[in-house]
Amino acid sequence: MTYQIDFSNILTMEYMVRIAWGILLTIELGICAWLIAAVMGVLLTILRMTPSRLLQAAVAVFVEVHQNIPLLVQIFFWYFAIPELLPADVTAAINAANGEFIFAVCAIGFCFSAYVSEALRSGIRAIPTVQYESGRALGFSFLSTFRYIVAPEATRLALPSLTNITLLLFKNTSLAAAIGVNELTSVSRSIESSTFRTFEIFTIATTLYLIMSAAIVVIGWKLEKSMRDAVERGAGR
Amino acid sequence: MIDILREHGLFLLVGQFPNGPIGGLVATILIAVLGLLLSFPCAVLLALARVSSYGWLRHPAAAIIAFFRAMPFLMVIFWGYFLLPWLLGRPVGGFATMVAVLVIYESSYLAEVIRSGIEGVGKGQSEAASSLGMGYWQTMLLVILPQALHNSLPAMLGILISIIKETSLGYVISVNEFTFASVQVNSLLLTKPVEVFSIVAITYFILCFMLTQVARTLDRRIQRRRTRETSDDSPPTGQPLVTAV
Repeated sequence: MTYQIDFSNILTMEYMVRIAWGILLTIELGICAWLIAAVMGVLLTILRMTPSRLLQAAVAVFVEVHQNIPLLVQIFFWYFAIPELLPADVTAAINAANGEFIFAVCAIGFCFSAYVSEALRSGIRAIPTVQYESGRALGFSFLSTFRYIVAPEATRLALPSLTNITLLLFKNTSLAAAIGVNELTSVSRSIESSTFRTFEIFTIATTLYLIMSAAIVVIGWKLEKSMRDAVERGAGR
Repeated sequence: MIDILREHGLFLLVGQFPNGPIGGLVATILIAVLGLLLSFPCAVLLALARVSSYGWLRHPAAAIIAFFRAMPFLMVIFWGYFLLPWLLGRPVGGFATMVAVLVIYESSYLAEVIRSGIEGVGKGQSEAASSLGMGYWQTMLLVILPQALHNSLPAMLGILISIIKETSLGYVISVNEFTFASVQVNSLLLTKPVEVFSIVAITYFILCFMLTQVARTLDRRIQRRRTRETSDDSPPTGQPLVTAV
């Protein structure tokens, strides 16, 4: 049995358009989920810094739950179980507006908000208390100490792991294929089953994923470098 | 919830085991443990290549690791699902496919863990070994690797946790594991998704959370011992327990 590699069946207008839509949906999924993860992650970090023991414990439970359950199971939970718990008209409204996409975004976003908050927390914990004390000594209030001194430094320290998390999040948008979101993985799977050009279509999808992952890593490096440069400029002044 | 467990608990736990192939939670754990054990030698070799002084070893290893870190696991599963039977010339079962794909994918992540373990061992150790007349392999096998592997034990447990979680993706190629079994039960019952997926989520949580706690305890113990023992310049490894999803 020999397999002739032949891209000509795949590189037709019809399939190219489907792949392009797949890429678009993957990017949309990634961006929407990332926004949820970022906002929720910051919120969780703030809640964890409040003196309330109850809130701290609640955040800790949230983080552990989302880190210790497979993302696929979380996606299934959102897709199959959450609609049962919501009022019927809300579920109907969500399903009318592309339910699979919304539930996938929520599942991925909430899951990764746990990772984001852990990264931010370890960034904040790496700041020595002297920083707070000097901020207060210079007349900053607690909040402005945090806003102008601690938060920028902590973000800079957390940036490598945030890049890593962004990459993980982006890769895991492919799991949305399991509940029928037509993103890149799902599109390439369906093109595969209609053309049987397995090798070709997966090569294309793999290359596309590599390019997008590389873009995320490069953006992360650029941000790290620009933040480092800003620190050095500040020190030189 | 109780009646679902009474009715389908055994199926979720072992699949159709005595009368058919093993499945359910036991299959998940088996796949994960086998995946970790088999990827271990590959990962050690990959890590050694990654820190090698020969460029022709170092660069390909770095490229392999970067490739798999950029790849969604689902994509790798599909590759394995179609490529393995074609390469071997005969059908490959879901269980074997999943183990093979996990080994291929997780070797890169495990190699990074082992590499940072190797880099965490003080330079003085390898210098001392070569001043005693030890060659490369002797130094590596007798001096560096034992310490490096010991120090990266917690992070390796972290990899086991992510393997357990990643085994759930076997669902997409119909591997008989826990998530697949639960989706089957869910479509059998039809009206109890909240209960079924709560059972699944809670089970995974208990399993992975226990392992996380073990990893954290180990990590604290190793860190404490290292700070007590080492007065030399070796930096603490301090790998954060970030596990892939």
